[in-house]
Amino acid sequence: MNLKLRIWRQQSANASGSFVTYQVSDITPDMSFLEMLDVLNEDLINRQEPPVAFEHDCREGICGSCGFLVNGVAHGGQRGTTVCQLAMRFFEDGDTITLEPWRARAFPVIRDLIVNRSAFDRIIQSGGFITVPTGSAPDANAVLVPKEDADTAFDAAACIGCGACVAACPNAAAMLFTSAKVTHLNSLPQGEPQRDQRTLSMVATMRNELFGSCTNHGECEAVCPKQIPLEFIGKMNRDLIRAAWRRHREPLLMPSVVQQPFMEDSHEHSDKHADTQLPADAQK
Amino acid sequence: MLETRIPSGPIEQKWDKCRFEMKLVNPANRRKHSIIVVGAGLAGAAAAATLGQQGYQVHCFSYHDTPRRAHSIAAQGGINAAKNYRNDGDSVFRLFKDTVKGGDFRAREANVHRLAEISVNIIDQCVAQGVPFAREYGGLLDNRSFGGVQVERTFYARGQTGQQLLLGAYQALEEQIAAGRVTMHIRTELLDVVLINGIARGIVTRDLVTGQVDCHAADVVVLATGGYSNVFYLSTNAKASNCTAIWRAHRRGALFGNPCFTQIHPTCIPLSSEQQSKLTLMSESLRNDGRVWVPKKKGETRSARDIPESERDYYLENRYPNFGNLVPRDVASRNAKEVCDEGRGVGPRGQGVYLDFADAIHRLGLETVREKYGNLFDIYQRITGEDAYTIPMRIYPAPHYTMGGLWVDYHLMSTIPGLFVSGEANFSDHGANRLGASALMQGLADGYFIIPSTVPDYIASTKLDPVDTSHPEFKATEAEVKDRINNLLTIRGKRSPDSFHKELGKIVWDNCGMARSDAGLRKALARIPELRDEFWQNLRIVGTGEELNQGLEKANRVSDFLELSELMCMDALQRTESCGGHFRVESQTADGEAKRNDEDFAYTAAWEWKGSGNTPVLHKEPLTFEYVPLSQRSYK
Repeated sequence: MNLKLRIWRQQSANASGSFVTYQVSDITPDMSFLEMLDVLNEDLINRQEPPVAFEHDCREGICGSCGFLVNGVAHGGQRGTTVCQLAMRFFEDGDTITLEPWRARAFPVIRDLIVNRSAFDRIIQSGGFITVPTGSAPDANAVLVPKEDADTAFDAAACIGCGACVAACPNAAAMLFTSAKVTHLNSLPQGEPQRDQRTLSMVATMRNELFGSCTNHGECEAVCPKQIPLEFIGKMNRDLIRAAWRRHREPLLMPSVVQQPFMEDSHEHSDKHADTQLPADAQK
Repeated sequence: MLETRIPSGPIEQKWDKCRFEMKLVNPANRRKHSIIVVGAGLAGAAAAATLGQQGYQVHCFSYHDTPRRAHSIAAQGGINAAKNYRNDGDSVFRLFKDTVKGGDFRAREANVHRLAEISVNIIDQCVAQGVPFAREYGGLLDNRSFGGVQVERTFYARGQTGQQLLLGAYQALEEQIAAGRVTMHIRTELLDVVLINGIARGIVTRDLVTGQVDCHAADVVVLATGGYSNVFYLSTNAKASNCTAIWRAHRRGALFGNPCFTQIHPTCIPLSSEQQSKLTLMSESLRNDGRVWVPKKKGETRSARDIPESERDYYLENRYPNFGNLVPRDVASRNAKEVCDEGRGVGPRGQGVYLDFADAIHRLGLETVREKYGNLFDIYQRITGEDAYTIPMRIYPAPHYTMGGLWVDYHLMSTIPGLFVSGEANFSDHGANRLGASALMQGLADGYFIIPSTVPDYIASTKLDPVDTSHPEFKATEAEVKDRINNLLTIRGKRSPDSFHKELGKIVWDNCGMARSDAGLRKALARIPELRDEFWQNLRIVGTGEELNQGLEKANRVSDFLELSELMCMDALQRTESCGGHFRVESQTADGEAKRNDEDFAYTAAWEWKGSGNTPVLHKEPLTFEYVPLSQRSYK
């Protein structure tokens, strides 16, 4: 196959970026998308041009390093597939493919297709754990966990933290990610003691990190390579109300219904990340 | 030179005795001590989190953007523990015995016993952290079986056990980061270890975004940087996994243990394209229900479903009736290679054998099979475009794990005082072959339990002068690191880092892969230095050192693989016996099984660096087997 690639090139966080077009040839259908980029990069090195920077590591869809928009869709649009698992058999000879980094204020571009996703770690830091100092755990079978609960926890815990949900969301919300982590731990008896604090704190951090609000578009679920279901967002919202109620606070407004104040709020930060705004020609 | 510090006394009391005798650091004094942990996989994150909980000032380094990406995350199958929840005769002693035997009697008994003891606590710890292990309907934990054992002792979280265990450790680490007890340095790579008066006092790193080279001082350095299977270029390891941290430490004086002991995993998806960048593993647990076979006839062209039962060779079940498809990895890999070498391999390149689930689906029903292995079938489908529920999977062995690594004593300290090595980065516990579901066990045993005991003992019993990064040794090491980077950048030749890596990988795979011969190893030992010379004369890196430069990162790592590969071949050449993953064609039994030579080779090889271009010196740690008597391994 011969392909035309339009790739977002941006040398550093502070540089301005633009699309650059490249040709690749001799691509075979059994190659993965990243192997196709390897071919491009070898070619660029031969021509003494800087290779395209993209993140990747395990190349089997579990580490969560990789990911960018392929023709406007996070990870390229095959169901349940990361871009490293995307095979070239889904493309055709002569195709033009557009590649661009995740676009969100909370994920500033570092170089080319690489963005900074540290905001996710800060969400985890604010409560995405069970406090259990090493060595103080009871026997593993001492606490029974109903299989259904363990399965729900697992379904949520399967999140790889790639950020596709944020990239796909028109509001750049981190609801699917955060709700997956909250649901994972809140579904288990071990997570129960810290359940309320965890939910309140992680939701608050999510807002402080400049992620947008959920308006139930469902794009996050559609692109999630691990097929994390939208229902976890509902679960998190229920846990949030429960937590607020139990703590005798004013019931918090759910992140999925509050939008206006937050959106206005975040405008003051938009200059800082102006270079990561979606260029007009890259709109879906 | 090789002081193992194995405690005296009966094996089941050694660890308790050691723990009791180790010195402690008063809780109020702990914050005065700083510990560097390099690597944030299972071994690194668990150690950093636990040392943080104890109150030390911990600095943890990862080349990733977040500690949740470490390659431990890709482990699929499970983690062993001697819980005997299945009442099928398991015990600490049996796990110990299986591991020593599985490692073909090339591991240290005392370490292995400790690993088996600790395995029980690991499961407790992980469950308490919220790791969603598979459960029975009654709410109790479920178990399954892995290669090389006859009990069900493996705990699992679908086919993503490594991911879930790593997330547990990662979350514990993030909690400590939030508490200010661990400082996380992301996108930062170790490029050298700094020694002052012969003891490890810090590291030199490069910031992978800005290119800045920095020094970091501490009282102790722990390397938890994983294995070096990427020396083969094509392996199941993540692309960035490398040997740089342990190799640079080796160059500073840490002895390297058993470099030739590498594991070729039997169940990987066969190579399909010349451009392929890595190989994907299919969990060994598939062999619980999948049956391995090839056609009896050479050059068979019919599709699997058209080949009648009478013309199929279930070679593992026939040759090893007791273990069948669950023979250990080295045995399964070697047998697959043999049938393919005979011309009976399947698939487009003839480098594959069938892993067939037709019987399991018939016996258990499609839904049960989907429940147990669904995500693995999905992975397979995505890569090959084939549906393994209706056509058998094709599998072939691929480089997967390295049992070799820096030599460590019972405290997991290398031959450099103050430099500890944990997880796959050390050589310990697995001997010449690792049993399935034991890697996660070792990473977490080292990280949660052993390092947090032995590092404080070192701190308490060593007089550590205060040092900071203005010390001349830091400046000197930093200058060397900068020189090396500069040298790489100024070659301005014609070949990319990947092209060297691919060529090196093929040399190592052909000559120091699944089978090794005297002639092949000598050939590799002649070729590798030539390739290394070419690398230093003809490498091309585009861009500068003061920016995010992935070509520079790769080149730096490949330069170390070019040195390590030579040591692997030297080690393989001197070990003229077959054991575990190291199969010397000159040393086999009459029926083609690996033949050990305990008389001459019951030792750990520990190599000492003697400078570039000089022959390294071999030291030997003799191995004795008091509790598991030496015997020829047989799974028949």
